[in-house]
Formats: sequence, structure tokens, C-alpha cells
Amino acid sequence: MDFSFTEEQNKFRQELRNFLEEEIKKGYWEPTCDAWVQGFDPGFTKRVAQRGWIGLTWPKEYGGQGRSHIDRLILTEEMLRYGAPAACHWFGDRQVGGAILSFGSEELKKEFLPRIIKGEAYFGLGMSEPGTGSDLASLQTRAVEDGDYYVINGQKTWTSCASFSQYFDVYVRTDPEAPRHRGISEFIIDAQSPGVSRIPMIDITGTEAWNDVFFDNVRVHKKYLVGEKNRGFYQVLHQLDYERSGMERLMGNYPLFEAIIQFAKENKLSQEPAIRNKLAQLQIEFEVGRLLIYRVALVMEEGRAPNWESAMSKAYSTEFEKHLAGVAMEVLGSYGQLMVGSKLVPLRGMALHSYLGSKGYSLQAGTTEILKNILAARRLGLPSS
Amino acid sequence: MKLTLTEEQEMLKKTARDFLVDKCSKKFVKQMEESETGYSRELWQEMAELGWMGLAFPGKYGGGDMSFLDLAVLLEEMGRACLPGPFFSAVVLAGLSILDIGSEEQKQEYLPKLIRGEKILTLALTEPGYHNYDASSVIVEATRNDGNYIIKGTKLFVPDVHIADYLLCVARTKPKNGITIFLADAKNPRIKYTVLKTIAGDKLCEVVFDQMPVPKANILGRLNQGWSAVQKIIQRAAVGKCCEMVGNIQRVLEMTVDYAKERKQFDRPIGSFQVIQHYCADMATDVDSARFSTYQAAWMLSEGLPCTKEVAIAKAWIGEASQRVFALAHQIHGAIGVTVEHDLHYYTRRAKAAELAFGDANFYREIVAREMGL
Ligand SMILES: Cc1cc2nc3c(=O)[nH]c(=O)nc-3n(C[C@H](O)[C@H](O)[C@H](O)COP(=O)(O)OP(=O)(O)OC[C@H]3O[C@@H](n4cnc5c(N)ncnc54)[C@H](O)[C@@H]3O)c2cc1C
Repeated sequence: MDFSFTEEQNKFRQELRNFLEEEIKKGYWEPTCDAWVQGFDPGFTKRVAQRGWIGLTWPKEYGGQGRSHIDRLILTEEMLRYGAPAACHWFGDRQVGGAILSFGSEELKKEFLPRIIKGEAYFGLGMSEPGTGSDLASLQTRAVEDGDYYVINGQKTWTSCASFSQYFDVYVRTDPEAPRHRGISEFIIDAQSPGVSRIPMIDITGTEAWNDVFFDNVRVHKKYLVGEKNRGFYQVLHQLDYERSGMERLMGNYPLFEAIIQFAKENKLSQEPAIRNKLAQLQIEFEVGRLLIYRVALVMEEGRAPNWESAMSKAYSTEFEKHLAGVAMEVLGSYGQLMVGSKLVPLRGMALHSYLGSKGYSLQAGTTEILKNILAARRLGLPSS
Repeated sequence: MKLTLTEEQEMLKKTARDFLVDKCSKKFVKQMEESETGYSRELWQEMAELGWMGLAFPGKYGGGDMSFLDLAVLLEEMGRACLPGPFFSAVVLAGLSILDIGSEEQKQEYLPKLIRGEKILTLALTEPGYHNYDASSVIVEATRNDGNYIIKGTKLFVPDVHIADYLLCVARTKPKNGITIFLADAKNPRIKYTVLKTIAGDKLCEVVFDQMPVPKANILGRLNQGWSAVQKIIQRAAVGKCCEMVGNIQRVLEMTVDYAKERKQFDRPIGSFQVIQHYCADMATDVDSARFSTYQAAWMLSEGLPCTKEVAIAKAWIGEASQRVFALAHQIHGAIGVTVEHDLHYYTRRAKAAELAFGDANFYREIVAREMGL
């Protein structure tokens, strides 16, 4: 066992911190909670790309850096620590690029990977539908072959980042006769295609978090089929393992974590035994969770897809995130209810934002219940219910 | 970063597991709990022959030249087996402390005997009252007398005094800021002890030092400056207990999952009920996170890195995680789990004792708070 980082890894972390601190100092942005999914800043994404920090683990032949998954975890950990506005490239970098790399044709790889790496292709994820949440295999959006094209009809919902997305990674039914898991395919769809329309949806924090995305006779060339036809369900499970693999939930509200500790110190609240105890408990939970997530990166480093390991760390982390937000609200007392824009709002409204926002993260990318099902089946081999 | 064991550690683990499965059945554990000594001389000798006592000591004292991390692996297996006896007292509490701060002469005197399994050692640290592990709670006094010292007072929850040959006694040598560790003959007639009846069936004692003389030469480490050494002892002991607990709850997870697969109600295994599955998933998460945080602390200790915070995190976490694990393990086992016919109770009782030993979650949360600058 070795819990240390190599000298190069430490240097890399420092390099990231220097870059991010410089960005903040220049006033380009300020640290915010959930900025990885809500902070759209093409300039930032470009500057990150120029440093080679998108597609870090991808092979050099597609413009990647061929670096380790630990390096990538360090990278995302620092992005989250500073609450950096990385939403433009996050999904492409985290999972769509990886899906194309794992399953896509050579042509798709050549078309998309270099552009993701340059910070020029932003993606949204089209999995959920009004009638399809946890039971993804029930999806109804249809694709019908028509010569060299597929014609797509249906609706996706809860599509994060959709207003900014240039492409959607969409799962659709290509064989309605086949057993439902075996009739789904994955496509990359240009958001500007005729027949694609979006309607923004506002989340409980008042932020535009998603869109409903409609497909009305959208024609997609066959070359945008990712992987094999009708294998999409298996591909999406793989992709979800990656979606859950990172620090997002443990550190999505990290700026709040720092701020509330600072606040408690400055206001002498940290002398109160009850508050002191709770803040220390948060620190313990945070550091324990971090180890669970580094385990996931090590699994990937061995060349395995992280399955129950990322289910475990994601389920753990969303609990932490909620706990942190709850404690922060408690520490702030009545001031916690003040919204951004109000007189006297504390900590730039981060506690309130996180308190409300964190309720969604134990649903997204696999609800906690689904993740525990995965743990029970895959880790523990318990019989199916 | 690497979170897996080396090949040698895997081998050590396997040897230890096989040996303990063979020699340390629950029937044996029960016998030891009921026996007066609480251990078997024969098994003790076999463990010495396997090199376990000496594992983490230098070769020049007869040890195996391995690290604390290697010892951690062994402790985990001991926790898994509920191994009774004074290994923890002799090796983790006393032996490694002598190695840390003893003079060369003291090391030559005590370590080879410990390593060969000839002598048993322990540590007398805590005292009556509801103190935490801080210097001010040491009241037992050692006063100077003709160049020697006379120790007077009561120590509580001292493990294995009834079978120990030597003990380390933490005593006050100055009213303020003066703590000294003494190495004493545990068979001295001026030591009176009572073996207490404890939840884990281990042998914790009340020890009364009735004006016990100790030669000056038996000071371990520095006169009056002993507290920082004691802190290190507590730290190591806390991590050692975490390792035992990891073995304990890992085993309980396995037992519980196996039971959930076998036990049928309503014509199906109870493990097919989603509630039971989620309980098991929660247990697995607690076990894994306890394992990583424990091994992080053990690794840092082994590497000689400062690790006050990491030790505190490990012990605070596992204390509460193990409580959650046991609540669920018992719920899933149903009534059979609360009988003495089933093995679960051995683990439940030991986990509570380990949680209390060398600082509980509240104690360590306060340390984390200080480390955070709160
Ligand atoms: C912030 C946020 C961002 C999102 N972003 C995207 C996105 O970009 N793209 C996208 O496609 N989707 C996105 N989603 C949707 C997300 O994937 C779904 O919310 C999720 O799959 C759950 O589906 P549902 O909300 O319909 O809940 P349901 O599936 O209806 O579940 C409701 C409740 O029932 C429980 N339940 C369901 N099935 C089981 C079962 N088998 N066992 C036990 N309990 C069960 C669930 O755990 C949950 O508690 C996002 C959601 C949120 C909150």
C-alpha cells in the first residue's frame, strides 16, 4: 500500500492550483458550487484545453496525453476544489469521449476526440425520458432506418447543460421487437439538426439546470451510430460507471465546505461543542470518501471499468454532500434562508443553493437505491429480487 | 498511490488466516473467555515460532525486520479470528514502545524474550474516572526515594496484568508536566490486581500499585518527558485497534451476506429482499471505507509520517461505522444472531470494546477539530 502521490503528481497538482488561482486573481470567474455542471465558460474551457487538460487519459494518436487516471482525478479534484466553471467540456471529457473511444468507429473518433480535446465540442446526455428514469431500458424514443440515415422521433428530459450543448449523446430504440435491453442504440446527434428543439427547465434552486429535448423527424447519418446497433444499453451501463467515478459529488459544493469552516472560525461558532463536533465529522466523512474515490481511479488504472466501486463512492458522496449542506444551513441559522440577491445573504448564497441542489444528486446518474442494488448484486452477489 | 497489499503481505495474510482458522475456533475463543488466564501458552508459543511477536522488530533482537504495515495485516487477521490473548498488549502496547524509546540495554533485555514468546508484557496507562487520553488524567505517582522510585496509585482497564511478566507504567513524576514511563516487574508483590468482567471477555484489570519500588534504571525514555512518547503509544494502539476492527467487521459482512443468501423466508432467500440488499450494501460501504482509512493511518505510521489527523479520522470513523455494521448485521440475522449459539456475538462484543479503547469517536473528532484549526 502507498497512500502518497508521486513527485510528478504533486507537481501537477501544484501546476493546476497555480493556474486556477491565477484565473481567480484575474477575475475571470469566482468559485461556485456545482460549477462543473452549471458554470458555462467557453473561454475557460479553451484555456484548460490549451494546457492539454481535456482528454488527459486518452491515447496520443487522438490528441490525448495518455496520462493516468490518478492524474485525471487530481485534475478534476482541483477543478472542483476551486469551483471552476468547467461545464462546457465536462461531459465530453468525462464520459462521451470515453464512450466514443471504447465503442465508436475510427471515423467518429477522428471527428470528435480532437475537438473535445481542443474544447470545441460540448455534449449533453440524452438518456432519461418522461416515462423513463431508473428503468432506462424502457425508453421509447425511436430511430427508424431510412437509407444511410436514421430518423429519430421522441423526447428526452432532464438533459443537463442542454442549452449549451452542441451535441447530444442519445439512446434510442432501434428494434422494438427485440427484448427491451437488446433494442437500444447510441447516437451522437448535432443539436442544430432540423427537428431538434429544447425547452429549458428550472430547478429548485432557480437555476436553469436542464432542458426537455424534442426530436421531430430528426435525420441522423448512420456514421453517428456509436458502437454496434442494438448494443446501446450495454454501452450506457459502461458509460454510467464512468459518470459515477469521480469527485463531483464529494466536492461539488467544496467552496461551501471551505466557506462554512471559515465562517465558523470567524464568528467563534467553532468554539461551540455541537458545531465543532459536526464540522469535524464532516471533515472525517470528506477524507474517508476521498479514499473511496481514489480506489475507483486505481481500478480504472488497472484497465477495469469501475462498476460497484463507483456505485459505492457515488452513493456515499451524495450523502456527504447533503450532510454538508445541512450542517452549513444549521450553522448559518436564520440567515441561511436568504437567497442570492437578498440583502444580508451569507456566503454568496452557497449554503442555500447546495441545500436545495444536493437533493438532486442522489437521483442523477443512478439513484442511491439503484446504486445499492448494483452493490448488492455485483459486489456481494446477492440474489435478484 | 496503491491500495492493495504486496505479494508478501498477501502471503502473510493467508498464512495467518489458515493458521487461525485451524487454531482459533470459536470453541477455543469461548474456552479462553471462560478460562482464568484467557490465553493458551501452547498457542502463544506457536505464534512465537511463526515469528508473529517479532514480526515488526529488527533482526538483531530476533525479529522479522518487517514493518508496522505488515503487522497491521496480521492484526486484521487476529481481529477476524477474535484471537484471545495478550498479543496486542505484549507487542503493540509494550514491545513496540520499548523499541521506540528504550535504551539499547533495555531492548536487549526485554525484546528477545518477548519475541521468543518467553515473556509477556503490557501497559498500564488509564486510570479511574472519566478522563480522556490526556496527560492531566495521569495521577498515579512515582516519587523519588534513594535514587529509586516508588509507584503509588490505581490503574484501570489494564489488559493482561494477571499473566504479564513486565509492565510499562505511565506515572506522574512532577506535579505539572512531568510524566515518566517505568518498566516494572509485573509479578512484584506490591502490585494487586483484579480481573474485571468485560463485554469482550478479555482480561482487563484494575491494578493497584501499593508503594511499589522501581529502580531508576527502569525508566523508559526520558524522565518527566514521557508524555510525547505516550501519545505515540496511544496513536499506535488506536491504529492497531482499527486494524483488528477491520478484520472483525469484514468477517461480519461476509457472515451476514452468506446468511442472507442461505436463509429463506416466504420461499426465497432473505437476501433477495431489497431492504436486506441495501442494508448489506451499506455495510459494505462502511467496511471498505473503514479499511481504507485504517490502512492510510497504518501506512503513515509505518512510514514515520506525521499522522495525527489521519489516525483520528480512522478511529473516529471505524468506531461509528462498526456500530452501524453491527446494528444491521443483527437485524439481518434475526433472532439467531442474538443467541450464544451463533458466532456473531463474539464480534459484536469485541467491536464495542475496541471502539472504547484508546479513544472513541468523540475524542478523535475533537482532535480532528483542532487539526482543522477550529
Ligand atoms: C440534477 C439532475 C441532473 C440530471 N441530468 C440528466 C442528464 O443530463 N441526462 C439524463 O438523461 N438524465 C438526467 N437526469 C435524470 C436522472 O437520470 C433521473 O432522475 C434518474 O435516472 C432517476 O429517474 P427518475 O427521476 O425518473 O426517478 P424514478 O426512476 O422514477 O425513481 C423514483 C424513486 O423510485 C426509486 N426506484 C426506482 N426504481 C427502483 C428500484 N428498482 N429499486 C428501488 N428503488 C427504485 C428511485 O430510487 C427513486 O427513489 C438528471 C437528474 C437530476 C436530478
